[in-house]
Amino acid sequence: MAQNKESKKQGLILFLSDTDEREGLLGKKNRKLLSDPLTDNNPITVQVLGICSALAITVQLKPAIVMSLAVMAVMAFSNMIVSALRNLIPSRIRIIVQLVVVAALVILVDQVLRAYAYDVSKQLSVFVGLIITNCIVMGRLEAFALGHGIYKSFLDGIGNAAGYAFILILVAFFRELLGAGKLLGIEIIPEAVYDFGYVDNGLMLLSPMALITVGIIIWVQRSRNRTLIEEN
Amino acid sequence: MDRNSNSYTFLFAFLMVAVVACTLAFAATNLQPAQAKNVKEEKMQNILGTVGIETTRDSAATLFNKYIVEQLALDNNGDVRTDVDAFTVDLKKELKKPVEEQAFPLYVADVEGTQYYIVPLRGKGLWDAIWGYVALKDDVNTIKGAVFDHKGETPGLGAEITQGWFKKRFDDEKIMDESGNFIGVSVAKGYQGGENKDDNAVDAIAGATITGDGVTDMISERLKNYLPYFKSKTDVKVAMQ
Repeated sequence: MAQNKESKKQGLILFLSDTDEREGLLGKKNRKLLSDPLTDNNPITVQVLGICSALAITVQLKPAIVMSLAVMAVMAFSNMIVSALRNLIPSRIRIIVQLVVVAALVILVDQVLRAYAYDVSKQLSVFVGLIITNCIVMGRLEAFALGHGIYKSFLDGIGNAAGYAFILILVAFFRELLGAGKLLGIEIIPEAVYDFGYVDNGLMLLSPMALITVGIIIWVQRSRNRTLIEEN
Repeated sequence: MDRNSNSYTFLFAFLMVAVVACTLAFAATNLQPAQAKNVKEEKMQNILGTVGIETTRDSAATLFNKYIVEQLALDNNGDVRTDVDAFTVDLKKELKKPVEEQAFPLYVADVEGTQYYIVPLRGKGLWDAIWGYVALKDDVNTIKGAVFDHKGETPGLGAEITQGWFKKRFDDEKIMDESGNFIGVSVAKGYQGGENKDDNAVDAIAGATITGDGVTDMISERLKNYLPYFKSKTDVKVAMQ
């Protein structure tokens, strides 16, 4: 009896983790899954994925934060679901299965936002739907979740979404501050500075400046970590 | 069962679709009441916005009941219909009916003793529906304010009709020409009129011509149906086109 229980427990652990290695819940390798996408393997600045939404919703900090949370929820759960089904999914229709999983989660997120964060859902409007086509989500499902355990996939989803969120929020911070003189809709730059002749930079509110801001972040990152520079 | 066989693939796809459909249907049904409440409060906010009352979502219902003194549903002859609740009229469905059967909602606001007539609008933008509200002063000629919204116009171009600076262009515009003929307000490309409030035109948004045309059509199409009622209300000279 006891032996049976033990083997069941073993089975569950095997199901949740990878078969080839055993380690603590936040062992060194698992920590790397969370920290890598924030820096040396950032989905936006290194993998250059998910640029479209990075341009579209970084005009203000608030939608950028909400979009980040939405992407995080969708990525963590879709990674887990696909990982749980990885031994059942017929390989010929795996892309379709991934799309259906992501689309279902996105619709759920959209419905919840409409019910509990209506103003934000209006601001995000079309972009929540665009999570479905966000290359980061599909990329991680295909590259990671199909070959790793549920827990690792969950960490990978959270890590990559955090890397995406970090850049998104950074870009939105500069765009809202320099473009509108506000942060989260609150006036930051004092009236006296405007009276002195300071003018908000309207160009920061347009998409091209988002791309340039991302470019500057990439430049700073590459100059601090030379290993990221591709040799031609 | 072989994971690569056709039958397994079909079975998997079938089950997956069934599970996903059930989950989404369950979520949509359960979240429906909260969503409907949001939509209703937003509608109240928009209606109040046209007469210059800015509200939060929470206080919308209270202020709506305070300032909106009458909610009428009219027929196309300008007579009041008693069989329809004005607030629940869904213009999307209404516009599909023949004009004789349509109900035309009208909200009458009383702000510190001044009467305003608020007309809901609905029309076509570039990609999808656009809608809004326009408030007329008691001469039923001068616009007090307008709000616009859209379903899928291009962000940064057509979607800008929701912005304050665009809405402000409609303030104090006239919907009739000098001899009292109804013409509405046109959103004009390459507008040179500056601040002229008597030429029945406002400046368009660069890059959003079709959305702007949609706004023009929406205003004239919808307001035209209210003329018989306005004619009976005031001594303003209204000539039907």
